[in-house]
Amino acid sequence: MSENETVVEIKNLSKEFKGKFAVKDLSFDVKKGEILGLLGANGAGKTTTIHMLLNLITPTSGSIRIFGKDFAQSRIEILSRMNFGSAYQFLPYNLKVIENLRVFAEIYSVDDAKERIAELLDLFELSHLKNNSTGMLSSGEQTRLNLCKALLNKPDLLLLDEPTASLDPDQADKVRKIILDLQRRSGMSVINTSHNMIDVHELCDRILFMQTGTVIAQGTATEIMDTYQSQSLEEVFIMIARQNSNSPNTISNN
Amino acid sequence: MNFRVVKALVLKYLYVCSRNTFRALDVFFWPVMDLLIWGFMSIYMMRVTTSVPKMVPMLISAIILWNVLYRAQQVVCVAFLDDVWSRNMLNIWAAPIRPIEYVGAGYVVGFMQAFIVVVVMGILAGFFYSYNILELGLHLAILFANLIIMGWSLGLTVTGLFLRFGPPAEALAWAVPFIFQPISAVFYPVDILPPWMQTLAQITPASHVFEGMRELISTGHMNTFHIYAAVGLNLLYMSIAATLFKSFYEEARKRGFLAKYAA
Repeated sequence: MSENETVVEIKNLSKEFKGKFAVKDLSFDVKKGEILGLLGANGAGKTTTIHMLLNLITPTSGSIRIFGKDFAQSRIEILSRMNFGSAYQFLPYNLKVIENLRVFAEIYSVDDAKERIAELLDLFELSHLKNNSTGMLSSGEQTRLNLCKALLNKPDLLLLDEPTASLDPDQADKVRKIILDLQRRSGMSVINTSHNMIDVHELCDRILFMQTGTVIAQGTATEIMDTYQSQSLEEVFIMIARQNSNSPNTISNN
Repeated sequence: MNFRVVKALVLKYLYVCSRNTFRALDVFFWPVMDLLIWGFMSIYMMRVTTSVPKMVPMLISAIILWNVLYRAQQVVCVAFLDDVWSRNMLNIWAAPIRPIEYVGAGYVVGFMQAFIVVVVMGILAGFFYSYNILELGLHLAILFANLIIMGWSLGLTVTGLFLRFGPPAEALAWAVPFIFQPISAVFYPVDILPPWMQTLAQITPASHVFEGMRELISTGHMNTFHIYAAVGLNLLYMSIAATLFKSFYEEARKRGFLAKYAA
């Protein structure tokens, strides 16, 4: 796969629930090795988009191609090369940390499972907790465990839903560095939804600002801040969320 | 089908069971209580009337085999509910798992639990009532297989209903077998039912299993009609259950329920 190869290609994607559009006519792509941030207030359509990318929700119209393939023909092949981590999803609480990772390593057919699990536990500073029950972990530890699960299969495409929510600033910083390091070494692509502007600023090569299911701005963090004549992404976020902006034209770096 | 995925999901369920006292109760406590109550009641009934010969082996075999159907159905449903309760649904459905692998894993653990229950209850039946369930011979395997398959079909249908209707359908995991129990003629012959219930019993695989079992215990032979009827009906219902599950699964994805119930 070359550097310019498109990993995710979304065209005119829409999802309608009971006559209301959660996502409307959304188009974007993600290149190999790119980290794309999806930003927007609650209800902007970020999570619905992620769920459609995971084939958990069927789009009303439009197309999704991942690794040049679509879910109808190649669901298992696509999902084998992806993974997903969320601060709001948990692994079975009555399993030990190591057991949960063993189960998912088998599901993702990880060949060097034992070594990979040890490596990830070490990376996310969870090795000392490997024999603890998952339900006994703090929320921050559970988030890091979920990230271990998300990286087990060395995904070519990683979807993250608020990966640093519930982490303290020190751990959040470490996690951002780990993701960046892994991304640089492996060339994986990442789609990251977050409300944490530090995450977005530090991690993302490009940002899509979503509102009511559509993209209203896209570009690098600097481009977006310049367009909205703002000092920080947080200000832009608040401006857009409160709809008191003058709706500048969408920036496109495509 | 990727058997490595099935193995992983079975492993997950076994880990869950090994950590959960209530799951141990499902395997050891409730079936044993059933056996003791029905066993002693049948001994008492034999004291007050001898009009039904071999009542003790009939009722004991019935309660053991009923547990096969019940456990097979329940485990398929509870394996799914475990993922809902532990908020693990997204991790599962976003993983490279085919629905048939997910359901197949539920079937495997359902089979394992039903098998363990039969072994435990069989040993206790020998201890308390001097009854050897193996007296049913090879027919035991046929009866067991048919009840397992009916349990799987019910479990698959109920799991589909969870996907389509969400938490309100959870109670069905425990209720559904008992909806079918009266027309399954577990403890009595079909001909004592009112005519309309007899009609329903004729299209219920379990009623043929239990009728066949009673015939086998009282005469030493089982009419092959019961076997063919149970197998035929099971194949039909398994196909219907698979179609329903697929339809509910697609509907859940369309309506966003897979993601919604996972949150």
